[in-house]
Amino acid sequence: MKYLTFAAGLFSATAALADTPELTVYTYDSFISDWGPGPVVEAAFEEVCGCDLKFVGAGDGAALLARIRLEGARSAADVVLGLDTNLVQAARDTGLFAPHVVTAAYDLPVDWADAEFVPYDWGYFAFVHDRGLEAPSDFRALADSDLKIVIQDPRSSTPGLGLLMWVKAAYGDQAPKIWEGLSDNIVTVTKGWSEAYGLFLEGEADMVLSYTTSPAYHLIAEEDDSKTAARFDEGHYMQVEVAAKLAASDQPELADKFLQFMVSDAVQSVLPTTNWMYPAVTPAAGLPQGFETLIAPGKALLLPPGEAAELRDPALAEWLTALSR
Amino acid sequence: MADRAQPIGAGPGIGAAAIVAALILGSLAAVALRAQPGTGLGPADWQAVRFTLMQAALSAAISVALAVPVARALARRRFAGRSALITLLGAPFILPVIVAVLGLLTVFGRAGWVSQALGAAGLEPLRIYGLHGVVLAHVFFNLPLATRLILQGWQEIPAERFRLAAHLGADAGAIWRLLEAPMLARSVPAALAVVFAICLTSFAVALTLGGGPRATTVELAIYQAFRFDFDLGRAALLACIQIALTVLAAGLALRAAPGGGFGAGLDRPLRRWDAQSGLLRAQDGAAITLAALFLLLPLAAIAVNGLAGVTSLPASVFRAAGTSIVIAAASTATLLVLAVPMAASIAMARRTGWIELAGLLGLAVSPLVIGTGLFIVVYPFADPFALALPVTALVNAISALPFALRILVPRARAVLGDFGRLGLSLNMGGLPFVRLVLLPRMRPQIGFAAGLGAALSMGDLGVIALFADPEVATLPLQIYRLMGAYRMEAAAGAALLLLALSMLAFWIFDRGGRWHAEV
Repeated sequence: MKYLTFAAGLFSATAALADTPELTVYTYDSFISDWGPGPVVEAAFEEVCGCDLKFVGAGDGAALLARIRLEGARSAADVVLGLDTNLVQAARDTGLFAPHVVTAAYDLPVDWADAEFVPYDWGYFAFVHDRGLEAPSDFRALADSDLKIVIQDPRSSTPGLGLLMWVKAAYGDQAPKIWEGLSDNIVTVTKGWSEAYGLFLEGEADMVLSYTTSPAYHLIAEEDDSKTAARFDEGHYMQVEVAAKLAASDQPELADKFLQFMVSDAVQSVLPTTNWMYPAVTPAAGLPQGFETLIAPGKALLLPPGEAAELRDPALAEWLTALSR
Repeated sequence: MADRAQPIGAGPGIGAAAIVAALILGSLAAVALRAQPGTGLGPADWQAVRFTLMQAALSAAISVALAVPVARALARRRFAGRSALITLLGAPFILPVIVAVLGLLTVFGRAGWVSQALGAAGLEPLRIYGLHGVVLAHVFFNLPLATRLILQGWQEIPAERFRLAAHLGADAGAIWRLLEAPMLARSVPAALAVVFAICLTSFAVALTLGGGPRATTVELAIYQAFRFDFDLGRAALLACIQIALTVLAAGLALRAAPGGGFGAGLDRPLRRWDAQSGLLRAQDGAAITLAALFLLLPLAAIAVNGLAGVTSLPASVFRAAGTSIVIAAASTATLLVLAVPMAASIAMARRTGWIELAGLLGLAVSPLVIGTGLFIVVYPFADPFALALPVTALVNAISALPFALRILVPRARAVLGDFGRLGLSLNMGGLPFVRLVLLPRMRPQIGFAAGLGAALSMGDLGVIALFADPEVATLPLQIYRLMGAYRMEAAAGAALLLLALSMLAFWIFDRGGRWHAEV
């Protein structure tokens, strides 16, 4: 009898849900954690869309793309949120993504025009260190110094890949020389960002590869102004995080609506203090207090997706050779 | 010669082994079949294979070499806190990798306790990063396991043999020659094989402590092939290399381990009359103290790091802890259902057979490959999210299976050897023999295996990351999420909670199984 009641309850619950369309968004894990933008975005979008927004976490950006490729056109996902510029070309080549209809006045340091991928936030890679440290002002000075750094492996981590592109974009053919110079500064290479940042906070290294916005987290969430980022004269490589609609989505209009919502004020105003990145469109109220203390890179570096994809394998080979000695 | 008559059949064990083998090889095949033509193996991959083999062999040899004196000391001595120490020794093995690495570095890192002490004495700080760092971390993880496996060998020598040895006036040297060395000849190869297999699939530990891409393992190459290149064929190929290496090592080790036991005992409490000299006491004391310091200091570091965060843990951490407990319980039950019949079947076989190898496969295959394979298999039929918890419990059980078998098989062999004929002559076979003889006599080993299985499942990130939706997170996954969101303090607190829960699970099962109150 109990089972019957349970089954009946389940049935009516399913029936009630069937009236509301469901939009499934695949994203990386930290987006949907309790402290990430996920819960805020979900509540705000559900208020206006008359739908049920379902986030699904799939590791980080690279794992996210692997997941979509694994599921192919049958994927339950309507939108993928959280690929970065280094993954865009591979994502485009799958043919699984559809053009978007989003219009927005982007405040990116570079021109952005992409038919499929909508940027929602961005950041600069940078070496984060304690405020007291005499930080170098470029990679050459870093290589000549005795400073110890911890970086992420480009084969398993998106920031690691970002650093690879940073050195390549800044130095081109000279990149292997730079890596050789850096090899005695690198304490170790970690699997992902969390391990590296954890090691840095433990005091294992003087600097860690992270973002220029990392000190904002310590300042705003922990009221700790002891961290800052080193400003490099070569410029700083950017990470632009993008979202896109899947061609096979069964909710294409809702997906378009969601992508447009991602660049609206409601989302853009919460991203700086939940995702700790710069918003793609500066919100009406401006950036949160504390962001004005962050370093401002003189030059923004970013390789176009096609070029980044082509350069990846040779750059990786150079990196492996220089650091395996 | 036909195999000896046995009171129970090998059928259930063969069935369980077939299920395990089908599941693991099936998911590997699913990955391989889904692959598009990709790149084959390059020189970098062979470099990774060489490094993987070298670090695994070194780690196994050193872990086991250090485990022998520690186990011998623990077997010979009784002291206050011995039981608690043995339980605590299980801890490093079950911690999530990232937590254990941070704990190790708090002690041995450039800015760690040891380096600070050296600095205060005017000396250079430790240089932990390099091959020696990888081996140090693997010894930290595996010395306790090797110690427990070898200590169990001592426990399988019936108390009567030591009594007889004492009657005959055998000293420590004679006991070593007559009892301990033959026992070690059987238990050491098995311990070597297990530790070697664990280190073979190491990735984050090897990379972080290895200090850079020199320390690239096969597992890292699999990860890269899967995530960055989406080259499933390469991932499957590399996974096959891992399996081949494990099977080869296990085959060698298990073949080297001769059969033959010490005969039945009467389960008297163990007393030792040998090794009472001051020198031997000092030697055992030093072995136990050094091992305890080496293993407990990093655990203390984890506790110290976590104390600040543990009081203000977010509710999601406790939800995740609940999920982890449910998975651990399900996974432990699955483990026992598979392991006990398999152990009995292996014990009845005369040679190392495919059942034994099937049991080792769980260690040999990268969780990423098993998870991906299961995902490919499940996806066309069912919602992977709905299956997240059962699949995680099942995969955790399979990855704990090799340890469970190493614990259960020697005992099952002894019980069947010592009491099988008695059972047959009483015409007691099948279920009554299992219920009245086999299970009661294997209780301590079953308890130990279940405790290890539960704790491993609790601490394993496993395949949940591939299947989980935001509502279902296990505690290890939640720790990674906290760290990913800069919440390092909360993550350290959650890690302390995880450590406590794993130890509790281990203690409950292990305690429930002990039959010598003193062991």
